[in-house]
Amino acid sequence: MTKPDQAPQKGGRRGGGKGDRVMVPPAEFRSYYGRPVVKAPVWTHDIAAYFFTGGLAAGSALVAAGADLTKRPALRTTGRLTALAAIVASTYFLVVDLGRPSRFLNMLRVAKPTSPMSMGTWVFSGFSAAAGLAAVAEAAPYLPRRGALGLAARALPTAGRAGGLAAAALAPAMATYTAVLISDTATPAWHAAYPRLPFVFAGSALASGGAAGLIGAPTAQAGPARTLAVAGAALELAATHGVEHRMGLLSEPYRTGRAGKLLRAARVLTAAGAVGALLGSRSRTVSALAGGALLAGSLATRLGVFEAGKASAEDPKYTVVPQRERLGSL
Amino acid sequence: MAGPNSLYGPIDPAPDAGYTDAPPRMGFFTDTSVCIGCKACEVACKEWNAVPDDGFNLLGMSYDNTGGLSANTWRHVAFIEQAAPSPAAMDVLREAESTVSTQFLGMPSSTLPGANGREDRDLRWLMMSNVCKHCTHAACLDVCPTGSLFRTEFGTVVVQEDICNGCGYCIPACPYGVIDRREDDGRAWKCTLCYDRIGEGMTPACAQACPTQSIQYGELDELRERAAGRVEVLHQRGVTEARLYGHDPDDGVGGDGAFFLLLDEPEVYGLPPDPVVTTRDLPSMWKHAGVAALSMVAAAAVAFLGRRP
Amino acid sequence: MAEAHPVGFQWVMEAKKRGATVIHVDPRFTRTSAVADEFVPLRVGSDIAFLGGVINYILSNELDFREYVVSYTNAATLVTEGFQDTEDLGGLFSGYHPETGTYDPVTWQYEGHEEFAQSHEDAHVHRETGAGIQHEAHGPPVSGSVERDETLQDPRCVYQVLKRHYARYTPEVVERVCGVPPEQFQKVCEAWTRNSGRERTTALVYSVGWTQHTVGVQYIRAGAIIQLLLGNMGRPGGGIMALRGHASIQGSTDIPTLFNLLPGYLPMPHFKQHETFDMWAEAIRHLGQKGFWAYARCYAVSLLKAYFGEHATEENDWGYGWLPRLTGDHGTYQQVFNMIDGKIKGYFLLGQNPAVGSAHGRAQRLGMANLDWLVVRDLYMIESATFWKDSPEIETGEIVTEDCRTEVFFLPAASHVEKEGTFTQTQRMLQWREKALDPPQDCRSELWFFYHLGRLVRERLAASTLERDEPVKRLAWSYPTSGQHNEPDAESVLKEINGYDVATGAPLSGFTQLQADGSTACGCWIYSGVFADGVNQAARRKPGQEQSWVAPEWGWVWPANRRILYNRASADPQGVPWSEKKAYVWWDPEKGEWTGHDVPDFEKTKDPSFRPAPGTIGVDGLAGDDAFIMQGDGKGWLYAPAGLIDGPMPTHYEPAESPLRNPLYSQQANPVRKVYDRPDNQLNPAPPERHSEVFPYVFTTSRLTEHHTAGGMSRQLAYLSELQPAMFVEVSPALAEERGLEHMGWAHVITGRAAIEARVLVTARLRPLRLDGRVIHQIWLPYHWGGSGLITGDSANDLFGITLDPNVLIQESKVGTCDIRAGRRPTGPALLDYVADYLRRARLDATHYAPLETPGAGESDGRT
Repeated sequence: MTKPDQAPQKGGRRGGGKGDRVMVPPAEFRSYYGRPVVKAPVWTHDIAAYFFTGGLAAGSALVAAGADLTKRPALRTTGRLTALAAIVASTYFLVVDLGRPSRFLNMLRVAKPTSPMSMGTWVFSGFSAAAGLAAVAEAAPYLPRRGALGLAARALPTAGRAGGLAAAALAPAMATYTAVLISDTATPAWHAAYPRLPFVFAGSALASGGAAGLIGAPTAQAGPARTLAVAGAALELAATHGVEHRMGLLSEPYRTGRAGKLLRAARVLTAAGAVGALLGSRSRTVSALAGGALLAGSLATRLGVFEAGKASAEDPKYTVVPQRERLGSL
Repeated sequence: MAGPNSLYGPIDPAPDAGYTDAPPRMGFFTDTSVCIGCKACEVACKEWNAVPDDGFNLLGMSYDNTGGLSANTWRHVAFIEQAAPSPAAMDVLREAESTVSTQFLGMPSSTLPGANGREDRDLRWLMMSNVCKHCTHAACLDVCPTGSLFRTEFGTVVVQEDICNGCGYCIPACPYGVIDRREDDGRAWKCTLCYDRIGEGMTPACAQACPTQSIQYGELDELRERAAGRVEVLHQRGVTEARLYGHDPDDGVGGDGAFFLLLDEPEVYGLPPDPVVTTRDLPSMWKHAGVAALSMVAAAAVAFLGRRP
Repeated sequence: MAEAHPVGFQWVMEAKKRGATVIHVDPRFTRTSAVADEFVPLRVGSDIAFLGGVINYILSNELDFREYVVSYTNAATLVTEGFQDTEDLGGLFSGYHPETGTYDPVTWQYEGHEEFAQSHEDAHVHRETGAGIQHEAHGPPVSGSVERDETLQDPRCVYQVLKRHYARYTPEVVERVCGVPPEQFQKVCEAWTRNSGRERTTALVYSVGWTQHTVGVQYIRAGAIIQLLLGNMGRPGGGIMALRGHASIQGSTDIPTLFNLLPGYLPMPHFKQHETFDMWAEAIRHLGQKGFWAYARCYAVSLLKAYFGEHATEENDWGYGWLPRLTGDHGTYQQVFNMIDGKIKGYFLLGQNPAVGSAHGRAQRLGMANLDWLVVRDLYMIESATFWKDSPEIETGEIVTEDCRTEVFFLPAASHVEKEGTFTQTQRMLQWREKALDPPQDCRSELWFFYHLGRLVRERLAASTLERDEPVKRLAWSYPTSGQHNEPDAESVLKEINGYDVATGAPLSGFTQLQADGSTACGCWIYSGVFADGVNQAARRKPGQEQSWVAPEWGWVWPANRRILYNRASADPQGVPWSEKKAYVWWDPEKGEWTGHDVPDFEKTKDPSFRPAPGTIGVDGLAGDDAFIMQGDGKGWLYAPAGLIDGPMPTHYEPAESPLRNPLYSQQANPVRKVYDRPDNQLNPAPPERHSEVFPYVFTTSRLTEHHTAGGMSRQLAYLSELQPAMFVEVSPALAEERGLEHMGWAHVITGRAAIEARVLVTARLRPLRLDGRVIHQIWLPYHWGGSGLITGDSANDLFGITLDPNVLIQESKVGTCDIRAGRRPTGPALLDYVADYLRRARLDATHYAPLETPGAGESDGRT
């Protein structure tokens, strides 16, 4: 009902600062004193870090399982240990970000299909148990041959394989559920990206898992990891590009501000890592450097996505304008 | 999940949540056309529910100094000053725009300098008591991983503070920006529609305290009828800008348990113009995630099977 | 009303829901304006011009309710030939004495009543003692027999006098004085008159900010004139309601906390005017009057019996000699200056926070800092209890904690839910409150405090032989107590207020039973009947749907549970309701008595056609159509021939501080206002005095919904403090531009008394007014802040000087002039220099004070 030229009572950016001209600002939208409509997530960077470590764990578990099945022990060990380390880190990041960390186990009170976090908690729990078992199995060579421990040492490789395969089976869910988790919010930039974010996260997980392999395994065994890293990087770059450019107004938060900086850095790092991985197949050093770039790129991607979501929630424009467009009245 | 509309579409939420013989759905109708901005609702709510204060900050947003709904403000009164300038004032403005470089001095939403005297008689001061909407499809409840948020027999949505572990998921899930985490406590808090009062047949504290019946509590069906009648009356009296918000069971959240009569666009009050429960898209989200997951498996398969050592 | 009385405002909203039009006249766009159909902004202090314009509209269009006006008002009564109007004398009425600054009202009298007039010396005493407030329950002295011209044609009849007086208050003048455009003014006039008459009535509701002007009483008089002209008094849906700032303000004038009244509006004796009991009683009775004040002696004797019990005997004039006497102005502001001057040693403060809530806060604090002792009873440690350590004067060095001689005793008080008793609201209704819970710790009720204080003082003085201690020793001071803390029984006090038969102790059923022979005792004659039949009538709570729409069984209303005063006027002179819709009480010719929905405010069996023999006085002198039974002539007063110190008809004067020359008269401000010309009470210059431009802006103050008066009950509570957490000042965008003020930035406001700082709210709710081609900016401030509590800030009341209404000694604290500047005020001693610099620029140097009479007034000035 309000025509733009009759609506001087703008929210948006109109403050009382010095130097502002007396003018009716461009009537893009109206708001309540420029205050956000939706609440920005209360999560800190710990959660973005968890997205990264969770993806790394998933990617590494896949690499480890593949390496196990294709008899690449060094790559397997790298994958399993990386997954374990990433899980430990993930657990830390998840728990500290709770308002009541002591009640972490309340997550396991229910299994709730409508809550990606509930589903994710169960996936994470299963994955962690399996990947943890696989990682423990790597201790088999170091155990004494006799006694109870000897018994364990003999049983461990089998159990490790079972755990590794189970972890690998859960890994894709582990890598992508976090995309569903943040998409299933009213945070405008996240929700709008729900068809794309799983691919960003999947690519990012593969790239980081592969990257870990590049760093931890000799070049002779790292071939599949290299392939995965490059494929993952390609998927990550392509999907992120879609997020940054194919969502109209809601792509804007991904290109601007801190999110924009992080995602630009991610692009450079991931692209460089992919090129390094392709070119460095004979050099452990180049491979490791490429791996490092891919890991950093993956982390930057997660942080960038996280920041973009926060920024989109904090500016009412991203809530109001798309909804107005949907109503056909802007 | 009880039915095909459990995630989206018209539904009666309490039976859908599994209640048999549920009492009628209860809710609020907040008629902002009679709100006088006394904030009795804010205070009564805090008194009854022992909610802490929200800090002493002068915000300069007209007479709103609590800013919005939060963990510590479950009823919030918004104040919007509008000086709809007359054509004459607009002329002054254009002139000013082209010649002078005066500072803009007023609060956002204020009038235009120079528009004084008789020109700005169309001053409006809108007041609106906002509250949790107790959505038919409540995203906060849907996404809660612990079961702390639950649907009551009255169709309302309540947090069980002894269960909540402060995961914070409900907060970005809410399309209205209602529920929030309390800083020193870590848990999520919001309006309970005075679950402890309505269970005893009492009226929620805010509605009880409202002197002008701007906040009306009752059976939702009856409130919807009353609200429709009120809009009709206002339209007859020439208040053509009166409109309902959140009353429609066909809207993006299946209709609100607490709905409003507004005198301007929702976003002017800080409300989303077309909220949609995020879980409407959850099946599609999982599908996309599934495809992405499969692509990971495929990539892994190709990587390892494509080149044997 | 929505702003300060949101709970009562529900009825306005209810009316609006049913189709009522709500018009809001206010300098500032408030929460009331937000829901009003029409908002009419006007200049602060111009209300009489506005209301005078309405009167002129009614009279010049002959829209008055003529039958009502002729029968029930003094419209037809003739005024003396000698009367001269402000229109003839440049803004003065006849009889002005410049040397005392008072009127000799002899020429204001009704024709033939000149001998009733007080002298201007009397007028001086009346001003000193706030005598005007005694008229709350009865009219001032006039004789019952008057000359009337019921055709209203005689040029000396009140109707014609009134018409001439207001002829110049045209819509154009209203625009020039108030800043209200004629077309908008017309709308108000039309709405008010259209909603009055046989079928409809209009209520006038004001808040007590109206009283806080040097012409405050005349504001309300102007409203009363309109309501009488339109036939809105004594009828359902009509009347004039004062919305008070606290619970039971009505109660605290009925049973007064004022220096010049005794319960039931009996005057506090004056040492010269009321030397003996007979002089006092006769002064109340006003020999020759019609009406119920003829029984004043019964009320007076019964009060003294209640005070002194068995010690009050006919032989000792019922103990009249033990009552204290007035010797002059003992009003609250005079006392402040007396404290500063060292004339007062001790002071009790109960539920009052003058350090924040009273005009000229600095004078209040300096006064309290110069006492021997001060007792403060309050819920919290308010600013008036802590001024000796944290007042603004500590910062400026004017009060030094170590040297401050005042010993402060803070006694925590019980809140209203922690004690029982009654509240009396604006409709004179007493409602009993039960105690909800015990007060915490050392908190005690007022009743407990006074009872035990009295008990202990009496114990100390028991052996005294000094004559001055006699009154205390002779007091009847016995009330049953109970509980751990010996809490006196509040109902026993209410019983005493109600009155009882001295011999049997049986409660009286009403004031008509009171006797002048000492056989009855009654603490407040107008409240007699509140304990009729030994039942606490104020505690009645019969739901509205279980009784008639008048709801006589909810609480109890004085007098005699009568819900509408003067309700005889709800029927026509013949005793028939004006209309079926507005029927309230009427004459039943078959039974030969008055009947109806309410208790008739008339002698039950007096026929409407009854006419007394000439010269009959007292109740018997009331004719069957003398509806205003407490008035000396039985009529509602459009014109007040006596009783008002500043004139028989409201006249527009500028506030004491104004940037404008009075557009209507040579006389600038109220010529008989009560002034305190002292160096510590400098008033900003107003034209024609020079240098008024130093303080170019008009400011006013009022309340926010979120806080309560001086903040003692709200700034201590987090839930209220967060809603309005800081002192602020509202300015229009135009003024912000003129003074470079930024929204949410700091500004400070300066007057001749103080400079205070506040955050700036730039809002279109304040708007400049264009008057006579000149732009007047108005500034608004809330007055809730002070130095103690969860949230603190400077006090707006520090800005005001002290000038009072002459009738009731209420301060002009709703309008003043000021300057406003961006940024914070100076601190420490520099603040004093800063204010002194303004005084110097305005040439306020304690050698010259603005004269009461403006030079040039008093003669026809041709300003018509």
